Amino acid sequence: MSAPVIELEGVSFAFDGRHPVLSDVTLAVEPLSFACMIGPNGGGKTTLLKLILGLLEPSTGRIRVLGTSPQRARHRIGYMSQHATLDRAFPVRVLDVVLMGRLGPRRVAGPFDRADLAAATGTLELVGLAGWERRPFADLSGGQRQRVLLARALTSSPELLLLDEPASGLDQKVERDFFDLLLELNRSTTVVLVSHDLGFVQSFVRSVICVHGTVDVHPTNQLDGNTIRELYSGEVRMVRHDHSE
Amino acid sequence: MDFLDALPRFAFLQHALLAGVLAGVACGVVGSFVVVRRITSIAGAIAHCVLAGLGAARWLQVVHGQAWASPMLGAVAAALTAAVLIGVISLRAKEREDTLIGALWAVGMAVGILFIARTPGYDQDLMSYLFGNILLVRGSDLWLMLVLDVVVVVLCIALYPQLQAVCFDEEFARLRGLHVELYYLLLLGLTALTVVLLVTVVGIVLVIALLTLPAAIAGQLTSTLRGMMAAAAALSIAFTITGLAVSYGPDLPAGATTIVIAGLAYLGVLALRRLIGAARASRAH
Repeated sequence: MSAPVIELEGVSFAFDGRHPVLSDVTLAVEPLSFACMIGPNGGGKTTLLKLILGLLEPSTGRIRVLGTSPQRARHRIGYMSQHATLDRAFPVRVLDVVLMGRLGPRRVAGPFDRADLAAATGTLELVGLAGWERRPFADLSGGQRQRVLLARALTSSPELLLLDEPASGLDQKVERDFFDLLLELNRSTTVVLVSHDLGFVQSFVRSVICVHGTVDVHPTNQLDGNTIRELYSGEVRMVRHDHSE
Repeated sequence: MDFLDALPRFAFLQHALLAGVLAGVACGVVGSFVVVRRITSIAGAIAHCVLAGLGAARWLQVVHGQAWASPMLGAVAAALTAAVLIGVISLRAKEREDTLIGALWAVGMAVGILFIARTPGYDQDLMSYLFGNILLVRGSDLWLMLVLDVVVVVLCIALYPQLQAVCFDEEFARLRGLHVELYYLLLLGLTALTVVLLVTVVGIVLVIALLTLPAAIAGQLTSTLRGMMAAAAALSIAFTITGLAVSYGPDLPAGATTIVIAGLAYLGVLALRRLIGAARASRAH
């Protein structure tokens, strides 16, 4: 049995040193699992994600990712950020964005080589955007941009995929295709995604990481109305859209 | 006399033309980074700090007889110092960044004015520092400009993928293991060198316009950063040469003429895009 891909032991974090956003989080994500972090806004989902990526340091506790420190594991993670945070006016083509995933600490200078181009074209094909290399990124729809950012995350052949709100701004059909693709990728890669929406969670992921100051993990099939009401203090809409093949 | 008639006859006009071309290349490349990374105000602050370097160099030359202290050298030193200071400030004190940039902007300028006040007989320098005098460019300045140009362009080409990634999505670049802070400081350093090149052409006060207007126009025309750089360089050279030619006959200040032309071109492109957009929208209905 291999070691967990993500391992947190007694992790606490506070921005100001006094009011903890997360306290005493212990969590293990096993290899090849498909997990979703859910929780209310301000519950610490983004903070947890940034701790795992090593962008924040825990106040107490220990974090291991892929068997090492988050900073060392970083370039083995495929991270997909939210497209809404990017500058829409930036003059960049789809291929340029995907190639950014090929950057790394070992590349000092110079242009991308043929292997980089092949990897980028290959991942674009994988996300269903073959032939879109030369399109301006700014001209794409929300769903297409999500796919480009996923291709960027995949192009370095990551051992772990971390996705921040991948479904935001997608309509239901596009969202379903997108998650079918994630399920496909999950055969060879551990997938952890963040979402504030429970809608798709139940039909796709196998375990749910509830983040609300602390963290507890539920297998999806044990998630019931009570757990969710407790998590969101009764504010959540409990939508099931069943996934049919 | 007509500009085209005068050009083959006067070395100072040929120097001016070359200076415009040399400055335009760096201006297009670095100006595009400045526009997409939104660091125009930082570039402005660096430009105004250049006066401190120009003033101090003049003062050392005239009052203390230090012949090595050329204004160009002073400008490079001051611009790079300002770039490092602003870089460290904006990385460390994010919430007060604009205040500190504004302060450095004014203080840099004040220091320059004090040096110039203490340098007898060089008050007229102030005007050409502030508003540029491309007709005063000498052969030796051109060589230094060429060196700066080569440094800026070679670094930008060699590190293009990294700089593009850092400007587009800093967080992702950091997660790929790039030293984001280092690239940011490098970008400010390149901006500093480009500002020095442009000060020769249009002067401290007008630098911002020549750094950003060609890039802003180019951004409307192309969909890649390298395309934007090439177009911005071509536009910058075109504006400088047109400014030089237009201002020569009626003896207008070349720097100010260049900037007005660039501004008009920018407005024209914006208006054209509006019209095209409106035409498309009405056709769609």
